Amino acid sequence: MSFFDKFPAMERTDLRDLKKGIDSSFKEFSRSWGESIEAFFDPLFYFLVNFEKLLLGTPWPLIIGIVAGLSYLGSRSWKLSVGAAVSFLLIGYLGMWNNTMSTVALISVATFICIALGIPIGVAMSKSDRLQAMITPVLDIMQTIPIFVYLLPVVMLLGIGKVPGLIAVCVYAMPPIVRLTNLGLRLVDKEILEAADAFGSNYQQRLFKVQLPLALPNIFAGVNQTIMMALAMVVIASMIGVKGLGVPVLQSIQNQYLALGMMNGLAIVALAIIFDRVSQQYGKRLQRHREGGSDV
Amino acid sequence: MSDYKIEIKNLYKIFGPDDKNMVELVANGLGKQDLLDKHQHVLGLRDVNIGISASSINVIMGLSGSGKSTLIRHINRLIEPTVGEINVDGENVLAMDKDKIRDFRRFGASMVFQNFGLMPHRTVLENAMYGLNIQGVVSSEGEKRAQHWLDRVGLSGFEDRFPAQLSGGMQQRVGLARALATDADILLMDEAFSALDPLIRADMQAILLDLQDELHKTIVFITHDLDEALRIGDDIAILRDGELIQKGTPQKIVLKPANDYVADFTKDVNRARVLTLDTLSHEAGSKKGLPLESNLPIEEAMQKMVESKFNLVTVMKNNKAVGQVSLDDMVAAIAKPKPTDSGSTTTYR
Repeated sequence: MSFFDKFPAMERTDLRDLKKGIDSSFKEFSRSWGESIEAFFDPLFYFLVNFEKLLLGTPWPLIIGIVAGLSYLGSRSWKLSVGAAVSFLLIGYLGMWNNTMSTVALISVATFICIALGIPIGVAMSKSDRLQAMITPVLDIMQTIPIFVYLLPVVMLLGIGKVPGLIAVCVYAMPPIVRLTNLGLRLVDKEILEAADAFGSNYQQRLFKVQLPLALPNIFAGVNQTIMMALAMVVIASMIGVKGLGVPVLQSIQNQYLALGMMNGLAIVALAIIFDRVSQQYGKRLQRHREGGSDV
Repeated sequence: MSDYKIEIKNLYKIFGPDDKNMVELVANGLGKQDLLDKHQHVLGLRDVNIGISASSINVIMGLSGSGKSTLIRHINRLIEPTVGEINVDGENVLAMDKDKIRDFRRFGASMVFQNFGLMPHRTVLENAMYGLNIQGVVSSEGEKRAQHWLDRVGLSGFEDRFPAQLSGGMQQRVGLARALATDADILLMDEAFSALDPLIRADMQAILLDLQDELHKTIVFITHDLDEALRIGDDIAILRDGELIQKGTPQKIVLKPANDYVADFTKDVNRARVLTLDTLSHEAGSKKGLPLESNLPIEEAMQKMVESKFNLVTVMKNNKAVGQVSLDDMVAAIAKPKPTDSGSTTTYR
């Protein structure tokens, strides 16, 4: 009867040996490959570091001008543009300027990487049902696996620092843009594609003149989601040595600094709202042609 | 070489994973329903042979499910055939490789779609230019040519609008301008006017006939509407369940339907508008009648006879009398044909 009372689990010693085996072989792997993998990510490191230096080296009034200008270009709304400028002024006044610049650099680079990798993957997925069936579970894992679980091997391989933080952010933030690129391309009207074919479009013409422009609103929703998820990772990234607004938040958790935590937390929220509104407004403008009426 | 611009020979299309092996069964007389029930394959086209003359409007007519849209998509190979041959200017389209078929679509045949198939993110002008972009025409030249065709279809001033801002009829004019702009000899029109309301449809038919008078393209026009077919067709082919049933001039289709199915189709047609004097004309007697041109529909001929109090027409061709038609002949031709013995009880899907 003992078969039913107790789950027929693996012998404890076997299980321990299995775990040990995996651990030691990964350690072995990271010892022999760690350096070359680190070297592989070097360009990313310099990109991030230099971008951060650039933001920190630029005089603050210029940065605020650029923020306000980009907000206006994206949303065509004075209110949003002024709001963004005021938020940045307040952030600077409360002594969070440098951390904010670090965070903006991290988010920008992470978003750029997610777009550069995510859109081609999404395009490939939309072409092949088999590829879609293969990649979808990977995306599910990327989004649901507890972050610390994949943080561990990354830290083992690359140590603590900016690059592992950036990779952690990208792993978490990339799925939406891949998913929505795939979805957007698959939703393009079949008759329009048939028309493109009937006029003799080749693969590139079909993709760049018809499919991508029509999928753009969805792709843009993906970009928006990616930015939001990258911002959500700021605090966790600070745990493995990424500078920015996450660091004081982490300190305040450890030391019960209520005000410090609040202020930096709200600065992250302010960044999130500015990024979100501007990118959403821009996404809406891309869909202008869908509306009827004459005022275009 | 044949006299036809497009010649479709022994074309079969069967939808399903094992289509090639089904051809023989179908060729030996297996019906559409049996093919579906016993072999889970759908019959698209069965042994279609059609010759399409250059510089004329060829209508392919049938109800939904008759295979007409499938057939037109074989001409530019948007659908791959199961077996068969389609020769355009003597070259088999179905044997072309990818690059060649792409070139044929770019330069040889353009297409107009039932639901317009316009690109919503492009303006009217950019839509009309699409085929030219694909051909690689430089944009200044392309704009000029697209603008010319937009003017021709009556859309001057709408260049910068988006398709969603236009009515259905105007959108299809854009579709027509886009197809004409490529300068292809062949124009494939798949139910091009079916989505439009009747008045707009009549407008578009008039525009098409007008343009055709001048352009002399080879037009393949798909429709399910017999009145439309009779109005614009130089030649009509009727499809049913993927098979060609009858092909001929509008007059022939109306006067000599090949079977009950066609007869049933044509029974509500305004025969006075379709039939022309030369179809009724017989040898001239001694009496002199009202001289009228041979291609005049009898509807108009009767109008003129009533006005001038004649009851006989002398049919004229090139200023020579070629025959005569009496009022009684006309009335007899317009009257509904007697239902054939089997025809009236058969129902058609």
